[in-house]
Amino acid sequence: MSVASVLWLAFAVFSVGLFGLLARRHAIAALLSIELMFNAVNLAIVGLSWSRGILSGVVLVLFAIAITVAEIAVGLSLVLLAARRAKTVVLDDLSELRG
Amino acid sequence: MRDAAFWVLAALMLGGAAVVVTARSLVRAAFGLAAALIATAGIYLLLTAPLLAAVQILLYTGGVLTLVVFAIVVVGGEVSGAMYRKPLAAAALSAGTFIALSSAVRGLPSRPPVAGLDAGAAIGVSLFVRDYAVPFELLSVLLLAAVIGALLLARKDGPA
Repeated sequence: MSVASVLWLAFAVFSVGLFGLLARRHAIAALLSIELMFNAVNLAIVGLSWSRGILSGVVLVLFAIAITVAEIAVGLSLVLLAARRAKTVVLDDLSELRG
Repeated sequence: MRDAAFWVLAALMLGGAAVVVTARSLVRAAFGLAAALIATAGIYLLLTAPLLAAVQILLYTGGVLTLVVFAIVVVGGEVSGAMYRKPLAAAALSAGTFIALSSAVRGLPSRPPVAGLDAGAAIGVSLFVRDYAVPFELLSVLLLAAVIGALLLARKDGPA
């Protein structure tokens, strides 16, 4: 277990999450993929600060986790609102703002 | 022993991630995410950051997953028709991202570092007393704003 293997894992999970964000049509599936990407970034930060013995990375990730929780709460309520207003959760059909 | 635990957790995390993006039912995807998040908490333990592992399980796996499952119950967990939109382009882009990111790993040491992080008390002092006390309090304002915003958006007589 080295910092390189931790980073490989983080990059792989990040790329899988990016695929889900770009390709899935359900809005909640896209949010779940964003969570995966957040998680991969946090893992990379912790791995790097572990390899250097820097505590600030851990504090940064603590803040990042709290902000992510706020983000998912707002994001999910946006999805609920979209489901009620537009009667759909398919991202392609939510095109009200398109000119 | 440490190495074996890391590879098992890495496989669990990647498997969970794969379930998140491939499962047709979103409930299944949410539990794939739970597996990935718990595996991450295990890796945080291996990286000598037990505080983060606890926060990860409490906030992420407990909080976020409850919210997600509630939302799935309300809006429905499946879409009719195709599951993906332009999956080949998305796969190509994410593979390209992976290759681009991988170039960052080159030159990093492939042996375990000597440093480690094992300092829960130091994190507590840094977070609550010394360096980050004000940002930490601001975080509670952010969370309050998020709760009010979420309530406003999701209310029946909200902006709909």
